[in-house]
Amino acid sequence: MSVDGSVLTPVVDIVDAPPAGSGWPRKIWAWIWPKALAIVLVLGFWQVVVWTGWRPIYVLPSPGETLQTLWSMLGTERFWSALQTTLLRAVTGFALALVIGTAIGIVVARVRPLRLAVGSLITGLQTMPSIAWFPLAILLFGLNEQAILFVVVLGAAPSIANGVISGIDHVPPSFVRLGKVLGAGTVSLYRDIVLPAAMPSYISGLTQGWAFAWRSLMAGELLVIIAEKPSLGANLEFARQFSKAPLLLATMLVILILGMLVDGLFSSYARRVRHRRGLTAS
Amino acid sequence: MSLTTLIHGRTMTETVSAASNEPIVRISNVSKVFGRGAEATVALQDVSLEVQRGEFVTVVGASGCGKSTLLNLIADLDQPTSGVVDVRSKTAFMFQEATLLPWLTARQNVELALKLTGLGKRDRRSRAVELLELVRLEGSDDKRPHELSGGMRQRVALARCLAQDAGIVLMDEPLGALDAMTRDHLHDEIETISRTQGLTVIFVTHNMREAIRLGDRVILMGSAPGRVVYEESIPMPHPRVMDSPDVATRAAALTARLKEQGHTHVG
Repeated sequence: MSVDGSVLTPVVDIVDAPPAGSGWPRKIWAWIWPKALAIVLVLGFWQVVVWTGWRPIYVLPSPGETLQTLWSMLGTERFWSALQTTLLRAVTGFALALVIGTAIGIVVARVRPLRLAVGSLITGLQTMPSIAWFPLAILLFGLNEQAILFVVVLGAAPSIANGVISGIDHVPPSFVRLGKVLGAGTVSLYRDIVLPAAMPSYISGLTQGWAFAWRSLMAGELLVIIAEKPSLGANLEFARQFSKAPLLLATMLVILILGMLVDGLFSSYARRVRHRRGLTAS
Repeated sequence: MSLTTLIHGRTMTETVSAASNEPIVRISNVSKVFGRGAEATVALQDVSLEVQRGEFVTVVGASGCGKSTLLNLIADLDQPTSGVVDVRSKTAFMFQEATLLPWLTARQNVELALKLTGLGKRDRRSRAVELLELVRLEGSDDKRPHELSGGMRQRVALARCLAQDAGIVLMDEPLGALDAMTRDHLHDEIETISRTQGLTVIFVTHNMREAIRLGDRVILMGSAPGRVVYEESIPMPHPRVMDSPDVATRAAALTARLKEQGHTHVG
């Protein structure tokens, strides 16, 4: 019933640790060039495929055209309103998942019978593709915000709960003993020792939870399209229906970049925590 | 005051040189058994022991002789299977590993102990700084455990131990993992601090010379089952030098005594 630590490794970890260099310009350069290279490789490959004429240009536009569309898209009100809707849903859903997942994680880690009963169920939920929840969510709530949030929370909360459980499981027994020696009661033991000790695992749970939340949200926005309410997912669907390939690809780029940015934030926070505890190679 | 220790029905009497009032720790016929039935292990068998207020007692024995179990009973981390453990003061504990919390700085580690004794937030910081100065760690307040050497980490652990404001300090091989020079320095400091603060110390070690270096009295424990086999007051003046001939001679004699007890038990 133990939670496999490998389950909690971040799904995407694109942002690598910046090597310790002297001075900011060097650090920034060291941080940027791998990403710049990755972008150049992808765009280059894309351009080559376009040149081969594998698919007509109105289905698979060139990177140049897509980037131009992206640029003009950034000037439209529709895009910003869609972005706002999507981000609001992502933040609300993730915040709910955070509260629910953390609470469930703590309770399950503490109560042994519950642990035996629910522990494997949580891991099971984690492997369940969130898109499979949507038909039920739509039946339960209708084509509305609640249906989307429901699935986003179901997607993210198990990872977060697992992060908490695995973190609490791996608290060194010597820390718990120390807590008792120092005279800590249950509340203080958790607040001052167990939960801070579980932090690195919790953060990887959050990182993975975010990845699941973002995927579930995009699936949800494609399936649950609410009239008069543009969102990034809905924009994708419209672009497909009206055969606007450049717009479709531009929106996909935005989704990719947003997901990576947030994951990067989590990763850099995780790295700071590990560094403070001396868990990183110097 | 006379102190009585029961060993296999024999009675042995030693004179205690330290304070002459009520003992601060009194352990009477204590046994501790882990597990049940065929799997049961006797960790301690019929151990009786008294420690006087302000005394520095060292406990020596091979691994598995129940030294740590004894400390756990005194610290109330565990209960005896039979017998009585009577402890008349709060206890603080220092482990072999410093067990500092890696997300806190040296000062915050000490502050946590102060917080758990109920000291108000405003006084914690200044008291923690004082304690770190006492163990000669001034200037390292804001370092995190991984930035400190093994000896410095044990100094923080010592400061945290003192922060608990306990009359009795239990030390479970706290210097076992340190190099000889660092260990010698810490001997001096533990000795000075415990005397100036009027602490009672029960110090467990497997190193006979360390036991003689520090102890007003040395207690020898035998293993399988764990029991007290012999004890002796050490009348040599403090501070002693661990590598001195006097210490070495006594260590050899006591080691021989421990081996002999082991043999009589096995035979």
